[in-house]
Amino acid sequence: MRDPAWARWMLTAVALVFLVLFLVLPLAVVFAQALEKGLGYYLASISEPDAMSAIRLTLLTVAIVVPSNVIFGVAAAWAIAKFSFPGKSLLTTLIDLPFAVSPVISGLVYVLVFGAQGWFGPWLIAHNVRVIFAVPGIVLATAFVTCPFVARELIPLMQSQGTDEECSAVTLGANGWQTFWRVTLPNIKWGLFYGVILCNARAMGEFGAVSVVSGHIRGQTNTMPLHVEILYNDYNIVAAFAVASLLALLALATLVLKSIVEWRQTGLR
Amino acid sequence: MSIEALGIRKKFGAFTALDGVDLHVPQGKLVAVLGPSGSGKTTLLRIIAGLEFPDPGSGRILFHGDDVTDIPAGKRGVGFVFQHYALFRHMSVFENVAFGLRVRRRRNRPSSATISERAHRLLELVQLDGLAGRFPSQLSGGQRQRVALARALAVEPKVLLLDEPFGALDARVRKELRRWLRRFHDDIQLTTIFVTHDQEEALEIADEVVIMNEGRVEQVGTPQEVYDKPASPFVYQFLGNVNVMRAPALAGALRADGRAAEVARDGQIYVRPHDIELTPHDAGGPGLSAIVRHLHAAGPHARLLLEQVQTREQVEVEISRSELSELNLRVNDLVRMRLRQSHSFDEDYAI
Repeated sequence: MRDPAWARWMLTAVALVFLVLFLVLPLAVVFAQALEKGLGYYLASISEPDAMSAIRLTLLTVAIVVPSNVIFGVAAAWAIAKFSFPGKSLLTTLIDLPFAVSPVISGLVYVLVFGAQGWFGPWLIAHNVRVIFAVPGIVLATAFVTCPFVARELIPLMQSQGTDEECSAVTLGANGWQTFWRVTLPNIKWGLFYGVILCNARAMGEFGAVSVVSGHIRGQTNTMPLHVEILYNDYNIVAAFAVASLLALLALATLVLKSIVEWRQTGLR
Repeated sequence: MSIEALGIRKKFGAFTALDGVDLHVPQGKLVAVLGPSGSGKTTLLRIIAGLEFPDPGSGRILFHGDDVTDIPAGKRGVGFVFQHYALFRHMSVFENVAFGLRVRRRRNRPSSATISERAHRLLELVQLDGLAGRFPSQLSGGQRQRVALARALAVEPKVLLLDEPFGALDARVRKELRRWLRRFHDDIQLTTIFVTHDQEEALEIADEVVIMNEGRVEQVGTPQEVYDKPASPFVYQFLGNVNVMRAPALAGALRADGRAAEVARDGQIYVRPHDIELTPHDAGGPGLSAIVRHLHAAGPHARLLLEQVQTREQVEVEISRSELSELNLRVNDLVRMRLRQSHSFDEDYAI
């Protein structure tokens, strides 16, 4: 089918204008603003103690959340794709829950459960454990919000691959562990990697849920997105954009990695 | 090693896949389990392999007289070849074949030189040694099938189980490969069960055929036995084309040898299209009058669709091309038909 030339040009132009206006321009603004007062100020903004603390907290959260989501995601996808058991469709639906509810609500749920007035609040206070307004709450909220990424990526992939290769491995004498490491994992590694990239990006950038449970204590419970907001509200716009540029850089790196993975996957097929 | 299955039952939810199946495969034989899809044949094979388990308390699997019902697949010493090969797609052909040896416990694992030597020897056996470095996606269907076979044989199984081994191949490769399998089996003498829905395949290469339908065994016998003496209408119909005629239609029909056709109480008789003899209508003698409705003469045999004059029953007949030209038949001609051979089944024979 051939569309008239003007139609093709129009469509391309609309897409390009949209792209520039809503994606490229904001991205450029982030870096332009960040570097407005020079490289020295930029480096100072991202290396002052509160910023460093926010970066450390974000990295810590990611370091806990991403591996736990990988384990959960692989286990859930394995169970859903390769076995049938009662409650399977319920589990599949539950995995999608974090996509369906607003992140703010996810955060609030944790406040209701673990907060001072929550179900476990008095018990936690009595045992001197802080969840809300502390690192555990941030980790929990982030884990909740990002929990579908790995599982969602793997379920269709594993379902399409079926169980024949695993059955072969079993008849050839492999135990469960060998079957997983030598047969299942190599078959899903690119899908898994893709899920990890997405999960990582979201874990670093999560704002809503973390904002509710964090308490915004500078130097203690501020993650990078929260720190950006605080700086911005303090009219320290250049510093805000400096920290934001780090997140933007991460997003760009993620996109590059993602396209490499996609390119590898199509290359293999 | 002989294989026995005794009283195997298996349900998947409300669906009964196997309803009390007994099977006995003698040492060193090549046995075909033949049945339509949904007859339970693959489930039976998977239960023998240990990939599925019979319903609790329902039956037992014996290998060489030893109960293996509760032994997991990996310890039964079976080689299993899957319908869609199930090769490890991220491993080379060589690594696929070596897999079963590499996953052994350290004390049972051969040295890597031995593994390599054995894998290459097996690839030679299936005539694929030149392709050891290829990946499964770079092979043709028939080559993949042979890699799967070599991989299954690498662990030195005591029995070989093949699930629709030629099901996914095109017709020509399928024929070649099944003859190859027969010769191969004659060389290695390994007790082998293969599952198929293709009666031609089963009758051509198996020592013994087990015919299954709706989760039960209908008949067991050599290809000739099951073909010549089918135990039930199902077997008769499954093993080839068949005409079912109501007996009243045959009131005047005599068999070619002059005797009346046997008719069971259900009043139906079964005739294969090539067991019907046609003679010119005006020649007289015994037989039924019929009108030629269709004539299909492409291929080695001519197929005719006749309509029996009295009852209007449709009858399919297969005769040689030379017979057809002798009779000089055309559509709407009258012809006389007689039965060379027919079958009938007592109605109390439950199917």
